[in-house]
Amino acid sequence: MSRFGFLLTAFLFACFSVSPAQAQQNVLHEEHSLYRNILVTQNGNERCMLFRARRGLGRESCKNTAEPEKFVFEYASMMMASLFLNPDPERILIIGLGGGTLPDALQAMLPNAVIHTVEIDPAVERIAMEYFDFTLGPNTESFISDGRVFVKRALNDGVKYDLVMLDAFEADYIPEHMLTQEFLEEVKGIMTPDGVLAANTFSGSALYDYESVTYRAVFGEFYNVKYANRIILAKADGIPPMDVVRANAQRWSEQLLRRGANPDFVLPIMTTRVDWDSSVPILTDQFSPSNVLNTMRRN
Amino acid sequence: MQQRSTFWPLLIAGWSGFYVMLVELLSGRFIAPFFGSSVYVWGSVIFVFMLGLAVGYLLGGMYSRHNPSITRLCAILIASATTTLPMLLFGEHLLNFVFDHITDPRTGSLVTCVLLYFVPTVFAGMISPYAIRIIIKNRESSGYDAGYLYFVSTVGSSAGTLLTSFYFVLWFEVNMILIASIGFSYFLGLLGIIVNRGKA
Repeated sequence: MSRFGFLLTAFLFACFSVSPAQAQQNVLHEEHSLYRNILVTQNGNERCMLFRARRGLGRESCKNTAEPEKFVFEYASMMMASLFLNPDPERILIIGLGGGTLPDALQAMLPNAVIHTVEIDPAVERIAMEYFDFTLGPNTESFISDGRVFVKRALNDGVKYDLVMLDAFEADYIPEHMLTQEFLEEVKGIMTPDGVLAANTFSGSALYDYESVTYRAVFGEFYNVKYANRIILAKADGIPPMDVVRANAQRWSEQLLRRGANPDFVLPIMTTRVDWDSSVPILTDQFSPSNVLNTMRRN
Repeated sequence: MQQRSTFWPLLIAGWSGFYVMLVELLSGRFIAPFFGSSVYVWGSVIFVFMLGLAVGYLLGGMYSRHNPSITRLCAILIASATTTLPMLLFGEHLLNFVFDHITDPRTGSLVTCVLLYFVPTVFAGMISPYAIRIIIKNRESSGYDAGYLYFVSTVGSSAGTLLTSFYFVLWFEVNMILIASIGFSYFLGLLGIIVNRGKA
């Protein structure tokens, strides 16, 4: 075989060979959407939506098909801790749908709340409905839109929310226009004075410092919740003290425990401690190299 | 003498290639806060830049038939830099205005791109055919000369793309990158005019 032929064969093999992770799992659905390659897999009772990522596959959303109410990932429990800051949100905005875990739980826990979900990729919404039993409750409306565009429109229209959940970041790709001071100011602008922001982000890379100072600049002190992921819990009018947080957690504890979300797991890891370098610049629309920073190690 | 008459056209074409891609990449950054960074926003950006360049090639070729000179080539570069200024000066206001009046992000980003980027891209497109007209010595070498100029100009574009997206956005603010590149276009254009004044 010529060298060219060998290289071509090797290339084709690399392209089409099945990765070990994929081989063990039963792939129910594979789709090249407008924005990414999406896989739906079933592994025992665990059904996952995966986005192809730099290091193999990133699990975006998983559901336990035997116990569909139970959260599979800790991050969902951590996001739910937003209810400890404001226990009765009436209007909720969720940016980034995934398998619909968060809106699903909130629809059941707060049947009277108005919920708006925003997802950029229509394929994700379709797959959530087809494979993850995500259904829109009577007060839930779903929108296909870029998250920032939706927030800016809401701001223009004077729409307000008591709870904003930001879950639009992938392991490999951050929409950079949704991690800037200007964006967070816009989000703050659509929050009621008692409104809460829960953002599911990262904790490992150099971005950690930049992200922290940016949230801090807009919201002041926030609760940092770290366990694999990083959740930022901020409030428009300042976060309540931990005794108020614990009392609110008590109110939701039964509902959350049923979902496998133990408040006693989240409460001890909620902290306001500044464990980042405060001297880095704030991310702005003018300066937002988030994806590059996310590939760099922390100093 | 021969040396100088190819040096400046190549330099201007190379920088113009760099400049166009720098502006194109930053335009995406500029529009994202208003219309997102979805595939149709990039579609609008690329469409307008391609169309602008196409029209520029046509006009540049036509303009090159009337007393072509290096000083005029430099003036085209300056025109391209000058018509980029609205992006800096009124870009934000324009984006706000379009955002308020057009809800569809496809139309919104397309209208913004046409208003802010079409004209500077037309001027940038004029540079290559105009520069080719200056450097061509005879019919036999015309293909070689044109090919060499495209090579220089497109290497410039590649460098502009990579440096902007990998490094400039990490080191500087978007507006600072724009101001510096507009400034460098003026510097190069004016220097070219001074050096080549009075020559054909």
